[in-house]
Amino acid sequence: MNYSIIISVALFWMVAWFINTRLAELSPKNMIAARAINLLIPLLFGVTLIVIWEGLAKGFEIPGVLLPAPSVIWARITASIDILWADFYQTFLKAVLAGYVMGCGFGFATAIIVDKVPFLRKGLLPVGNLVAALPIVGIAPIMVMWFGFDWPSKAAVVVVMTFFPMLVNTVAGLEASNAMERDLMRTYAANYWQTLLKLRLPAAMPFIFNALKINSTLALIGAIVAEFFGTPIVGMGFRISTEVGRMNIDMVWAEIFVAALAGSLSYGLIALLERAVTFWHPSYRN
Amino acid sequence: MTERQGVSGFFLDRVLPIGVVVLVILMLWYGFAVLLNSKFELDQAARAGTEISTRDLVAKTMAQERPVLPAPHQVATELWDTTVNKKITSKRSLVYHGWVTLSSTLLGFLMGTLLGIGLAVAIVHSRVLDKSLMPWIITSQTVPILAIAPMIIVVLNAIGISGLLPKAMISTYLSFFPVAVGMVKGLRSPDTMHMDLMRTYNATQAQVFFKLRWPSAVPFLFTSMKIAVAISLVGAIVGELPTGAVAGLGARLLTGSYYGQTIQIWTALIGAAVLAAILVWAVDIVSRIVMRNMGMAR
Repeated sequence: MNYSIIISVALFWMVAWFINTRLAELSPKNMIAARAINLLIPLLFGVTLIVIWEGLAKGFEIPGVLLPAPSVIWARITASIDILWADFYQTFLKAVLAGYVMGCGFGFATAIIVDKVPFLRKGLLPVGNLVAALPIVGIAPIMVMWFGFDWPSKAAVVVVMTFFPMLVNTVAGLEASNAMERDLMRTYAANYWQTLLKLRLPAAMPFIFNALKINSTLALIGAIVAEFFGTPIVGMGFRISTEVGRMNIDMVWAEIFVAALAGSLSYGLIALLERAVTFWHPSYRN
Repeated sequence: MTERQGVSGFFLDRVLPIGVVVLVILMLWYGFAVLLNSKFELDQAARAGTEISTRDLVAKTMAQERPVLPAPHQVATELWDTTVNKKITSKRSLVYHGWVTLSSTLLGFLMGTLLGIGLAVAIVHSRVLDKSLMPWIITSQTVPILAIAPMIIVVLNAIGISGLLPKAMISTYLSFFPVAVGMVKGLRSPDTMHMDLMRTYNATQAQVFFKLRWPSAVPFLFTSMKIAVAISLVGAIVGELPTGAVAGLGARLLTGSYYGQTIQIWTALIGAAVLAAILVWAVDIVSRIVMRNMGMAR
């Protein structure tokens, strides 16, 4: 056990905590300064977490099999960029993207049809709501059996997982425009498609983006879990399950880092897109 | 959409549409079962050098040992067989496996809910935590935790923690998030007027919490708990995959896929679906009772 490391980590923690407390109490008039502080606080918190992790792993000499230090993980990431890229390409760029686009697209199209036919709405929506709460990852072994070991089976799991959140949210969103607004469209003599494109779809956008956000994490989970049931010898899920078996925990953490990065980036991208599309929504107006 | 009243309204708006949709799904299922399974039967017939009549073909596709897609009645028979006809303690009983999954789901759900509430209370009362913790709670969910599940299980096994707890911890990680986010919203939902009123009463922070913030957060709590319990189940099932398929619904899925036992996979899936529906429904019932006793019934 190395006491000097542990003590310096504890010191760093206290200093960082003190700075954060002070920062949180500031409320500058300047807009840019306020935004900078709002970014700085979580950043400092994150850095503190990593320093504590590193310090504990080094200070208590925790074996790398249990919890490798961040520096070890980083070294592993930089050393095996090519493997990580190949896995990322197989899992994310092939399976996740294809499945995500198809699942969200089908969900959206079905929602438009369901919305047009009241009978379907009454019948399909309760069923859809039920299915949305079910553990759909469970179909992974079946899809692997049907579509083989390569990426189409993973994409199929992603399609099914993303379909229902999209369906339920879009149908709810299409009802978001109120009666006054619809009456206004009527006085303009707008037909069904005009009302849909110019009023109801824009009004449904916050709901649709909500589904897109939920689906972005679901898609990654679905593809990775589906790889546990059989893959060609490449892919993030494959790498995680085999490297766990070989007790190469630092490689697993490297894959997790890639997955988290991909998840956060796609979430951020969708959030940016949402800001651009639904700029009129109250939550984005000051 | 106008709602019709009374028994006929219930029938026309609920039973009829849902029934028709379920019926259509069942018919499609049968159709696909015949379609997907017929290739195997046609191959068999061709190999034996015999012609097979369409009627025989259809009958045979629905009674295969290891079909590509089992017909609904095969799954139903297997379900009946493994729940009612087996002893509960038997390793082949779905009730036994369901119970294993259910216990880790409930433990994880409980821990997740408590953690979520704790975090929300801390966040609402501390500006530093609000600013530093909240972004990381959201980031934490972009990590596909289910992907790390095998590692967590193996690592915890290595330091001697095994059985229920590792699986429950995955459920906890998944379920704390909706509760934390919902409760932060809920604890902040009392409006300024009410808060000001508490101020004029000279109420302490604890009093404000228990008499105003907590009661107004209860509806939010139950809404998030419904989501949390459903994903706890998913977490428990995935958590069972890497443990070498010992017991639980996830283990049934894995062994089924290893040995090509499609009927077993589908039965486990239906079992999981029923379990999920029951759990969500139970939370809903509790929420209705609590809301009525609090005078917030709709």
